[in-house]
Amino acid sequence: MEYLIVSLVALFAILILGGLLLGPSKRRGTDTLLEPPAQGDRRQTQAPTRERRDLDSAGQTQTLDREAPPAEPDEFVIGERPRLRDRLGKARGMFGGYFGGIRSRDKIDNETWDDLEEALIRADVGVATTTALLDDLRSRVKSESIKTPAALLDALKTDLKKEMIQADRTLRLEPGVTNVWLFVGVNGVGKTTTIGKVGLRYGQQDKSIVMAAGDTFRAAAAEQLTIWSERAKADIVRGQENGDPGSVIFDAIARGVARKSDLVLADTAGRLHTKFNLMEELKKIRRIIDKSEAQLSEVLLVLDATTGQNGLAQAKQFSDAVDCTGVVLTKLDGTAKGGIALAIEKEFGLPVKLVGVGETAADLIDFDPDEFVDALFEQSSGQPSEQAGGQSDGQASNQARSN
Amino acid sequence: MFDSLSDRFDAVFGKLRNRGRLTEADVDEVLQEIRTALLEADVNITVARKFVSQVKERLVGIETSKSLSPSQQVLKAVHLELIEMLGGEQLRITYAQRPPTVVLLAGLQGAGKTTAAGKLARWFKSQGRNPMLVGADLQRPGAVDQLATLARQVGVAMFSEPTDPVTVAKNAMATARETGRDVVIVDTAGRLSIDTEMMEQVRQVSATVEPHFTFLVIDAMLGQDAVGVAEAFHETLNLDGVILSKLDGDARGGAALSVKGVTGKPVVFASVGEKLSEFEPFYPDRMAQRILGMGDMLTLIERAEASFDRDVAEKAAARLQEGRFTFDDFLEQLAQLRNMGPISGILGMLPGVPKELKNADIGEDQLSRVEAIIRSMTKQERNDPSIINGQRRQRIAAGSGVTTSEVNGLLKQFKEVQKMMKSVGRIPGMKGKGKGMPNIPGLPQMPSGGLGDLPSGFGKRNG
Repeated sequence: MEYLIVSLVALFAILILGGLLLGPSKRRGTDTLLEPPAQGDRRQTQAPTRERRDLDSAGQTQTLDREAPPAEPDEFVIGERPRLRDRLGKARGMFGGYFGGIRSRDKIDNETWDDLEEALIRADVGVATTTALLDDLRSRVKSESIKTPAALLDALKTDLKKEMIQADRTLRLEPGVTNVWLFVGVNGVGKTTTIGKVGLRYGQQDKSIVMAAGDTFRAAAAEQLTIWSERAKADIVRGQENGDPGSVIFDAIARGVARKSDLVLADTAGRLHTKFNLMEELKKIRRIIDKSEAQLSEVLLVLDATTGQNGLAQAKQFSDAVDCTGVVLTKLDGTAKGGIALAIEKEFGLPVKLVGVGETAADLIDFDPDEFVDALFEQSSGQPSEQAGGQSDGQASNQARSN
Repeated sequence: MFDSLSDRFDAVFGKLRNRGRLTEADVDEVLQEIRTALLEADVNITVARKFVSQVKERLVGIETSKSLSPSQQVLKAVHLELIEMLGGEQLRITYAQRPPTVVLLAGLQGAGKTTAAGKLARWFKSQGRNPMLVGADLQRPGAVDQLATLARQVGVAMFSEPTDPVTVAKNAMATARETGRDVVIVDTAGRLSIDTEMMEQVRQVSATVEPHFTFLVIDAMLGQDAVGVAEAFHETLNLDGVILSKLDGDARGGAALSVKGVTGKPVVFASVGEKLSEFEPFYPDRMAQRILGMGDMLTLIERAEASFDRDVAEKAAARLQEGRFTFDDFLEQLAQLRNMGPISGILGMLPGVPKELKNADIGEDQLSRVEAIIRSMTKQERNDPSIINGQRRQRIAAGSGVTTSEVNGLLKQFKEVQKMMKSVGRIPGMKGKGKGMPNIPGLPQMPSGGLGDLPSGFGKRNG
């Protein structure tokens, strides 16, 4: 019975709060309680939501000026960029398997549709998009404008390419000003790593770069970025652990502007898009950048290619909060197909700009939608493997081009 | 969490609720809806197909049942199948006769292994064990630093050295034995399941430490790929179970549903927040109830037990019954409630809580405002809110930095809920009532039978 009592009391408190928060909005149409205070560091005032130690000097940041350490000279020079196709070998294996089976059939039957559906769903394209694509194809098959499985596949490929939006996929880097690229996303998608790789890439194009270690929450995130900054020979501005990320980014921008740097790469802590306080913190970071002398040129949502349908919610919430300009799709070198990127492009008009296809800096490549779709359709069997002889990295069997 | 899935199920069951009889076409339509709901929740397509055919089989089997309405029949079949799919019985952690008990964590990059390692260490420590963390992730820059920080926060030992993962593992085991650690948790680098070199490396680490438990850490947001990943890791490491991370978002958690179906290995722990304490054993039956919108009272009660001071709560409950519950009591309860974690998490576990309320973002900030209002009242006012007149309201609003209408809202809600609780709060009689939650002013109507589930939940626990 004690449990009951305890729960009831808890319930009581919840009901008061609940009624309080919902009631007014229903009755008066506006809910003052839900409105965030205009000023103030959310995370600082919300101390209990995140474990953090006392900070008496949160605003202080320390600046580490890296004077180009000579270590590891070769490993971090970006060589020739791999093509998406070369890297999607593993992913293609399975996808190609489904489509390959369809292509070799002589008629379109129920099994064909099931296989197509399965292939698309497995690629995380999503039920809605899959159904829409297939319904359209069904009616075209019915009206006999498509007759063979091979033609069906080609039509699907064309449709998929049409799904990808027409947009400028280059990263904006305006000359003569200090550009800021802000990286946001949920936990563990690879924001810090992406910044490291981007820094390395633009560093080698002789751009001067300042990295802002805005992830002050995850233990040792700043150390991780510092190691990347050494590799990229970039400046880095770090704050205190659990300090205010806004002030770190502010300081990094001040440094970038003072030194007339080309680019400030701003890291942020991973946050689930459902956490109100943390999303408010992100908005505040954006406001800080907007008010600065630097130019906010890109707000990049970093998305893990293994993400399922939740990617849509992520894209929506992050876009609502900080108005993203593009997507970086990471970890596309695994078995995941990243089909959710398709749905995100279509629904939110957010173009994928970069894809991560491997561990090294050279593996962060520009996104090419046609290549992305083509790569999904390439098959691992039934083709003469003209390139098999020249491959040593185990991808030979996946290299065959589609017909 | 799992919101969308339970919403979809709600819609499906809502349609059935008023039907007297289900035709085969009805059943097929429902099954199609369930299939779509599962796929939208990222349940693996093979698992979803199997799920639907199993539910159908169950439905055929109980079709002649007269005691259950059609919607109850479907609900029961789906519920049973969900429990089955989520893992049936829970895996019990047992300890090696000759310590240390070794736990190996593996997974993709960014799955949350290092954080899970820290949380797991905290959990073992709370079980009275003396764990040691081993940093065998020498790949990701800063990973060992991160683990060291976590170890410091948890207050456990940590071992790592800049050699190679297998050597780290070997020396860690020796160190653990020397220093008398009875649990060793090995954090490994994130790796792709198709990276043969890295998979061989983790296999060697595993062969070195001979783990008693090997857990795959999986991101709750993972899509269709989850199953393939789990299979590959299972093949290499012979998994014992899964730790599900980032379950506090709105991820639909289909990955959790699918993994057992394919590898036969259950979800053992779930990470439900950023705090180190927000990590709990995973109970498939409870999760199935949560997905179906039936609440998860057991977890709530356990959390309440862990963080509520029973004496204070009992006193408050007694006052509640007598209708003498004051703002001071409320403040006290609020403080205790906040110990239980985010309010939204607690709401998710309550049965019959309206969706609007579940989705409302009740942040710490809003709680602080409510607290501020109460703290601006005099002792007299807190004891007897009825004396708070217009002038006093203005003073309270000014003192707490809110508008008078906010003060009014709190006073009104407090009065109404207090009245409502007085009628429900006759605790001994509650079991007999079973009428569910009375309508709360200001709140969307709660489905009847909402709190009716409550006593049965307790019955399960007590006997």
